[in-house]
Amino acid sequence: MLDSFDALSLARFQFAFTVAFHIIFPAFTIGLASFLAVLEALYLKTRKPVYQQLFQFWVKIFAVAFGMGVVSGIVMSYQFGTNWSVFSDQAGPVIGPLMGYEVLTAFFLEAGFLGVMLFGMNRVGERLHFFATLMVAIGTAISAFWILSVNSWMQTPQGYGINEVGQFVAEDWFKVVFNPSFPYRLVHMLLAAYLTTAFVVGAVGAWHLLKDKTSAAARKMFSMAMWMALLVAPLQVVVGDLHGLNTQEYQPAKVAAMEGHFETQTQAPLYLFGLPNMDEARVDYGVAIPGLGSLILKHDVNAEVTGLDAFPRDEWPNVPIVFWAFRIMVGIGMLMVLAGLWSGLQRLRGRLYEGRTLQRFVLLMGPLGFVAVVAGWVVTEVGRQPWVIYGLLRTADAASPIAKEGVAGSLIAFIVVYFLVFGAGTFYILRKMAGNADAIQVTKSSTKKPGLAAERLVGEED
Amino acid sequence: MDYALIWAILIAVSVFAYVALDGFDLGVALLFPWFKREEDRDIMMNTVAPVWDGNETWLVLGGGGLLAVFPLAYAVLMPALYMPVIAMLLGLIFRGVAFEYRFKTKRAKPIWDLSFIVGSLIAALSQGIMLGAMLQGIKVTGRAYAGGWFDWLTPFTVFCGLVVVIGYMLLGSTWLIMKTRGDLQLRSYQFARYFALGLVACIVFVSAYLPWRFDYIADRWFSFPASLWLWVLPLVLAFVTFSLLWSLKKGQQVRPYLWGLALFLVSFAGFAVSIFPYLVPRSITLWEAAAPDNSLIFLLVGAVVLLPIIFAYTGYTYWVFRGKVDADSGYHD
Ligand code: HDD
Ligand code: HEM
Ligand code: HEM
Repeated sequence: MLDSFDALSLARFQFAFTVAFHIIFPAFTIGLASFLAVLEALYLKTRKPVYQQLFQFWVKIFAVAFGMGVVSGIVMSYQFGTNWSVFSDQAGPVIGPLMGYEVLTAFFLEAGFLGVMLFGMNRVGERLHFFATLMVAIGTAISAFWILSVNSWMQTPQGYGINEVGQFVAEDWFKVVFNPSFPYRLVHMLLAAYLTTAFVVGAVGAWHLLKDKTSAAARKMFSMAMWMALLVAPLQVVVGDLHGLNTQEYQPAKVAAMEGHFETQTQAPLYLFGLPNMDEARVDYGVAIPGLGSLILKHDVNAEVTGLDAFPRDEWPNVPIVFWAFRIMVGIGMLMVLAGLWSGLQRLRGRLYEGRTLQRFVLLMGPLGFVAVVAGWVVTEVGRQPWVIYGLLRTADAASPIAKEGVAGSLIAFIVVYFLVFGAGTFYILRKMAGNADAIQVTKSSTKKPGLAAERLVGEED
Repeated sequence: MDYALIWAILIAVSVFAYVALDGFDLGVALLFPWFKREEDRDIMMNTVAPVWDGNETWLVLGGGGLLAVFPLAYAVLMPALYMPVIAMLLGLIFRGVAFEYRFKTKRAKPIWDLSFIVGSLIAALSQGIMLGAMLQGIKVTGRAYAGGWFDWLTPFTVFCGLVVVIGYMLLGSTWLIMKTRGDLQLRSYQFARYFALGLVACIVFVSAYLPWRFDYIADRWFSFPASLWLWVLPLVLAFVTFSLLWSLKKGQQVRPYLWGLALFLVSFAGFAVSIFPYLVPRSITLWEAAAPDNSLIFLLVGAVVLLPIIFAYTGYTYWVFRGKVDADSGYHD
């Protein structure tokens, strides 16, 4: 078995596996932290108990997800060195400081206020507690800012020079941070996190509504989530389109792979489905709409669209993976738009909490945000191959000098541990989600005393 | 200005902050086997639950900082220490999730207790092993690690692993003295005494062994009279040991932890003095490993502005959760 893999592919697989797991948690915690801040703000403003109940319901789920995000994230920051040492040596002077800023501005902020947010309910005043929640939410967004800047610089590098020992050196930090693909990637990813969370919250709301349509907490969740879907899902389609146009400008081979365009052509088709065949450089069994590809990419039916034939063979990414991951993401995006519009219609008709079909549909959509996020990253990352720093450093030249037995060992360990540990966490989260938010009693103890003794939010028992 | 040297000091501070802070929460986990009652364990865990994440962030700063300012050292050390690094990461996963999982289940609680203990043990052992492996020296050709797959594994490195385990247990038990009362606290005094004596014995042994085994360390310590001032360190060690034992005997509450930290600080200084100016001992100095000045300056600006703010709100968190912890604390149901 081991013979068919070399150390490089094992290292790539390990990176892809661990980061794909990691991204699932931030996608949820970025959205959930903001959701919690909104809930707490609404509670402080309106004093309606339901907001307090929802806060306490979701904050426990948040705590579990956040813990998983932290431990899987620490793995990522050390993996650059363990498995991609040549990359670290050469790119460290540019991307290292950005990640350093991520730690200083985001990770400490989140971690520092997380304790107060989770355990400080009765030890600080309400406003300070809200402040802590807000800091955690802001921290998650700042974290996304820096790490996406790093990733985007690797996709569309600028503002750098190369020194005498072959390291990349920043010449203009502003250009490095705000590189061409960064604004698009940041907005697209943040919206993705909000949408993913909205559909999780919506699905939990739907599940409880299907059992009991009078539940105040369930109604609130469902309604808030559907507003997000209605407003943000269409926005995401627009942002995604702009992101694609940007990619076409800077990484045309990636877009050609996404679209399955092997040859440069005018009136390029848009493939809905098909099986890209790299050996024959054509799409088998393609179902296509002629001209629409040109229309979307160039906003002109007759425009010429660059195909993979414009690039040497050894600079092609894996076309079927990129092609299909892209269709999965966009398909889910369209379903989200559909759910949003449908809910808008039901709301207008005053049947938002009655219409069972919509609720079942949203329940099924619950996990799809995560699928779209991972699919999106697969498009981005596989589509830029064979480069790790686009056009400058090949992935094959970036790896550590480590024997394949070693990488195989760590890879197997990661797979086993991740499935066990994060599987258990997911189980606990699902069990919490099934709990009854309406039963949470809202107590506000006015006694502020040191010592954790008075600490205890009233909630459902396990 | 010598930015590389400033950064070497900052990274050292960050590593020490990590050891001082995460040391006690790993140590608390390592003491679990001797505290079998569920209530005791709940209390022990709740003394660290609000702060462990912040404590661990210093490790991320240490690693991320190394990549940013000493990329070459990061690129050599990580592959050289591949197995202990991966083991540490896996260990940290097992103990990190235990904080939440443990309170989410009745049936599987013992499993997450075990995951907390074993994860912390693996993490502490691996950290000690890495330290030992660095002292031992790391083979480099060009800009890459050139040693073998198991170079990190020798009796000496394993011994260093054990020293760190004992040291963390000392910090853990003095932390519990500060944060708990009653029987739990009494027993922590007892443990603290054993671990203090054990740790000092280990430090003395390592200090004698290192110069005997490694010429470069002997040169550093025995090149009289240039190195005469270094001999302050053993005197300080003796003083700190005495003060630690004294404060335990007197039943003081906060000082044992502080003296325990002082013990770590002295050993850390000894380590730093022994390897300076190397980052990868005997192959790469801190100046050779440093990133270009503009990277060092760019991040330094941020560090100078942000670190004081971080210290302020971290201090605030500790202040919010000051005082003793009793049964039933935490937000868990
Ligand atoms: C900060 C940088 C960064 C970020 C945020 C991500 N990646 Fe990445 N990814 C890399 C930096 C990177 C890399 C270091 O550049 C790799 C390692 C080898 C390579 O080619 O690029 C890589 C490779 C890589 C591969 C292997 C591609 C191949 O071998 O063909 C996959 C599938 C992913 N990544 C997937 C992801 C996913 C699902 C992410 C979502 C979180 C993600 N990446 C975020
Ligand atoms: C290879 C890439 C990545 C690395 C090296 C990395 C590193 C880390 C680390 C070390 C942590 C834990 C910090 C702590 O101790 O609190 C973390 C958490 C986090 N990461 Fe990542 N990360 C990566 C990708 C991403 C991406 C793509 C995003 C989102 C856009 C992201 C967003 C976050 C957020 C919001 C957290 C906070 C806590 C949580 O996960 O729930 N990360 N990351
Ligand atoms: C239907 C409309 C959508 C379009 C047209 C679209 C377009 C794109 C494109 C072109 C990329 C690749 C950019 C590059 O690598 O340069 C991308 C990446 C990505 N997409 Fe989408 N997307 C859509 C919907 C979604 C949805 C609904 C989600 C998640 C909920 C999502 C999540 C992501 C993520 C996480 C990435 C990787 C990060 C990035 O490069 O931004 N996308 N998307």
